[in-house]
Amino acid sequence: MIRLTGAHVQLGGQPVLRGVDLRVDDGEWVAVVGPNGAGKSTLLRLLAGLVRGSGDLVIDGRDAARLKPRELARLVALVVQSPTIPEAMTVADYVLLGRTPHIGPFGMEGPADLAAVHGALARLELTTLADRYVTTLSGGERQRVLLARALAQGTPIMLLDEPTSALDVGHQQQVLELVDELRRDHRLTVVTTMHDLTMAGQYADRLVLVDHGVVVVDGTAGEVLTEAHLSRYYGARVRIVDDGGHPVVLPFRAGTREHR
Amino acid sequence: MAVAAAPSVPAPLVRVARLRAGWLAAGSAAVAVAVVTGVCFGTVALPAGEVVRELLWFDSALTDTQRTVLWQIRLPRVVLGLLVGSTLAVSGASYQGTFRNPLADPYLLGAASGAGLGVTFVIVNLAEGSRTPLGAPAAAFLGALVAVGLTYLLGMAGTARGSTASLILAGVAVSTFLTAVQTYVQQRNQDTIREVYNWILGRLTTAGWREVLLILPYAAVSWTVLLVHRRSLDVLAVGDDEASSLGLHARRTRLAVVIAASLGTAAAVSVSGLIAFVGIIVPHTVRLLVGGSYRVIVPLSILFGGAFLVLTDLIARTVASPAEIPIGVVTAFLGAPFFVLVLRASKR
Repeated sequence: MIRLTGAHVQLGGQPVLRGVDLRVDDGEWVAVVGPNGAGKSTLLRLLAGLVRGSGDLVIDGRDAARLKPRELARLVALVVQSPTIPEAMTVADYVLLGRTPHIGPFGMEGPADLAAVHGALARLELTTLADRYVTTLSGGERQRVLLARALAQGTPIMLLDEPTSALDVGHQQQVLELVDELRRDHRLTVVTTMHDLTMAGQYADRLVLVDHGVVVVDGTAGEVLTEAHLSRYYGARVRIVDDGGHPVVLPFRAGTREHR
Repeated sequence: MAVAAAPSVPAPLVRVARLRAGWLAAGSAAVAVAVVTGVCFGTVALPAGEVVRELLWFDSALTDTQRTVLWQIRLPRVVLGLLVGSTLAVSGASYQGTFRNPLADPYLLGAASGAGLGVTFVIVNLAEGSRTPLGAPAAAFLGALVAVGLTYLLGMAGTARGSTASLILAGVAVSTFLTAVQTYVQQRNQDTIREVYNWILGRLTTAGWREVLLILPYAAVSWTVLLVHRRSLDVLAVGDDEASSLGLHARRTRLAVVIAASLGTAAAVSVSGLIAFVGIIVPHTVRLLVGGSYRVIVPLSILFGGAFLVLTDLIARTVASPAEIPIGVVTAFLGAPFFVLVLRASKR
């Protein structure tokens, strides 16, 4: 469970978050959406303890400001948008990095850590790729490896920054289905930032629309994804089509709307 | 809760990087071969079988002269070669890991030239003949720390704050500047210029066990710190942000590793001068052979670095006997083609 109240963050003297409140319940999937530069990634980084700001952050009933980095890393796993993939590191070794908060700075991995790696590899169908270098994998495989590392971290909360941004539409769906399965199987709380609004609406329980460092709309996909909101906050010309209760966002070109 | 697998699960079939017995044995064998070869060959050859018996504390048929050559001349030099080679190699590996740059080595970040300047000051001010002055390691360490500190500050002040590229550029600037100061000090002191020059070229000359004892404590501290941080170096490979999100104090870890590697470099430079290439060749060869994990690269760099320098020193003192070629020349001369061969052979 995440409770964030009154969060202000400045980066390089510029306010990036200006009083954000966010509540995410156990087992819930919240998608943070918003235009470029709205502060979505900063919000995720704040939840992961990577940027400091004012305001209160309570994670699993504990005050995050009082947690040591290792303790926080046992509660929250973060998959960044453009991860640094080390040269000449195998998939198994990369997934093992997820065990870092459980091993400690001077320790070495034990049987429980190897079991967690094994479990994560098997769960994400990576066992046959375990000895390959991560740098040699395709985009879809790589995203599964990132998820496996986060899963091996064994945290109740998983933060995913644009998990599908580098993938084609088929792989986007595969990855989001996987995230949903992991969430159900392991009772994970998931917070993602997402650019694809239609998919955000299809997979997340709730959408939080951020603009200029403030939460401007918070609700179900139907409540957040309206033509008025997307016009106002994204400056976008879109049509919203209802697809069995899920809103589908259709962008259209200026002057072509009459053809619908 | 998440995936927390029960510890009672039978050992699963996950192959992760670890120091395997085969590589440990190969590294130890390389050290053993280098030591025996290093002590047997020279202006006077010693019988290998008897040398091994003597080294293992059995009764041997060596004459008293041979015994003196072995224990007071050859062995101290070989052991010094082991210490210097291991320290330069493991420092190079650690710099590469902590700065996430394959070209990082003690020379590129200014540590070696800072140490060089420190030692030059000591030689110029308290010349003690050909012996390494007692204060040399401390002065070298101070010089190295100042140099790396400057590099770090300059690198952070660049436009791309703290990027590896700006760090390396800062290292080049600091290195060049300190080398210029060092050359100036050297030229201003004509009475010691020859001594400083001989030392700069890199050599493993010893007066009994003195140099070994001089750097042993520094090397021991440096190796220990780097060995205990070898897993953290793997974590740092994903970048500071992700390392922090995994619960690692990235900056604290980097500081500890840089100080330890600079300490080792400084100690090595203070007794052996500037021996180029070991800090790059050895870790990269190890990496090409066993993969990219510092959990394996760090300990194997210690073993293979020591063996490599002892063998190159053997060449340096025998090939043009009775004259000696500076060892830095040999490391570069052998190291570069060998590295190309390894690079070509590895197609993983």
